[in-house]
Amino acid sequence: MPQQSGRSSSYSKKAQFSVFTGYLVAAFGAALGAILLVLSFWKPDAMNGIRGAATDIVSPVGRGSAIARNGGQSLWQSIAGYWQAGYRNAQLEREVKEAHVRLAQEQALAAENARLKGLLGLREGEVKPIAYARLIGSSSASTRRLAYLSAGRDQGVQPGMPVRSPLGLVGRVLETGATSSRVLLLTDGASMVPVRRAKDDVVAFAEGRADGSLRLRLINLGINPLKKGDVFVTSGAGGLFRPGIAVAVVEDLTRDGAIALPTANPAATIHVAVDPMWEPQAQAVIDRPAPAANPATVGEDAK
Amino acid sequence: MSVETQMTATHRDRFGRTINRDHSPVLSQGVPLTTILVGSLTPLLPIVASGPVVPPLGFMLLLAWRIQRPGLLPMWIGLPLGAFDDLFSGQPFGCAIMLWSLALLALEAIETRFPWRGFWQDWATAAGLIVAYLAIGAIVADGHIELWRVPLVLPQVALGILLFPLVARLVAFFDRVRLIRVRHLD
Repeated sequence: MPQQSGRSSSYSKKAQFSVFTGYLVAAFGAALGAILLVLSFWKPDAMNGIRGAATDIVSPVGRGSAIARNGGQSLWQSIAGYWQAGYRNAQLEREVKEAHVRLAQEQALAAENARLKGLLGLREGEVKPIAYARLIGSSSASTRRLAYLSAGRDQGVQPGMPVRSPLGLVGRVLETGATSSRVLLLTDGASMVPVRRAKDDVVAFAEGRADGSLRLRLINLGINPLKKGDVFVTSGAGGLFRPGIAVAVVEDLTRDGAIALPTANPAATIHVAVDPMWEPQAQAVIDRPAPAANPATVGEDAK
Repeated sequence: MSVETQMTATHRDRFGRTINRDHSPVLSQGVPLTTILVGSLTPLLPIVASGPVVPPLGFMLLLAWRIQRPGLLPMWIGLPLGAFDDLFSGQPFGCAIMLWSLALLALEAIETRFPWRGFWQDWATAAGLIVAYLAIGAIVADGHIELWRVPLVLPQVALGILLFPLVARLVAFFDRVRLIRVRHLD
């Protein structure tokens, strides 16, 4: 049947007027939306305050459901554990033996590292996380890849700080509210992280593709040296992320780089740590007078 | 409220007792708005998705309410509801304000053009609007169009279209809740 929407023609001036006003206001709404859209491209952080406050208000809901997800997962894991006990035990024993060997190698490497750093006069400061928090949700209905974090300004979180899980880099803080913040995930189309191959110094940019994978763009073009399974870590360039955080594993080769999968899948990550920005520490290293610098060369560099 | 409903043998209709009871204006206006607002909060579901997979529930609920109850939501409702959706969706601010207002205008035009509606036409209308909404949303979010990005929104488009009849049934249920006779007439 035809629906009555109060739009049927009428001799009532009032009815006609209210229908007309409705159209007018809806068109005005669309125009206002377009203006705000242009504004948010021009000044992307204009709405941060409102968004932060809104997320603060509803984040307890997300926090509750994140805890539920946590509990649900551990419940399933403990049930699954009974099924796989014997097989897992054998596997773990084998892995422990391998790990002992690896540990010895790592210790040797660490010792060598310390010796080399001692030679260079670098002092390694322990990076203490600013805050530990949960990922309480993500922009799952949008092509942007943002996540919501259950810590904000009150916990000392500031825009630009790297967010990482034990498995690797997750992203960086984009906006902060008082008790919650928005995280730009590595896989967002606007995210760009300078990385290098873990075993040598092949440098690249890891760019998000918004579908859960990253595109690695090599800086030095030529023959593509990458292989499937190569691990990439942050290079520390740019000053935001401290060097050496795992980022991605190469999955598919392309002409000028590779498609890689992030080591820390945000979907499987619950607890994350928010690190301070690397920049101040880099700045401290730069400010310290270089031990064996030739003043003349430094002067020339300055020119 | 018509006289016949009060004069049934049982003094009940599908919304409850008819004697001394009437619809509550709070429920009848509040339920549609609340369901759409809650639909806009889907980003706070504990799904940290690696791609866009969840259909735009707030937008779908708006469409379903508008299609089932024309005239219930005022024409300008896309402005406030869209602004709320923009706060959480991750899209640049203003995207939903614009697209929701345009969708309401489009629905009004479609309804004027094809007034005899049915299930399939409503579904097709909603499907078309969902596809347009997601496509424009994706372009606006990234600021540029690339061909390889097209498969990115396909799961979301498919889910949105297939889930729409379900959302419409949900809205039909909430429509009955909305009109329960709870107000005492004293």
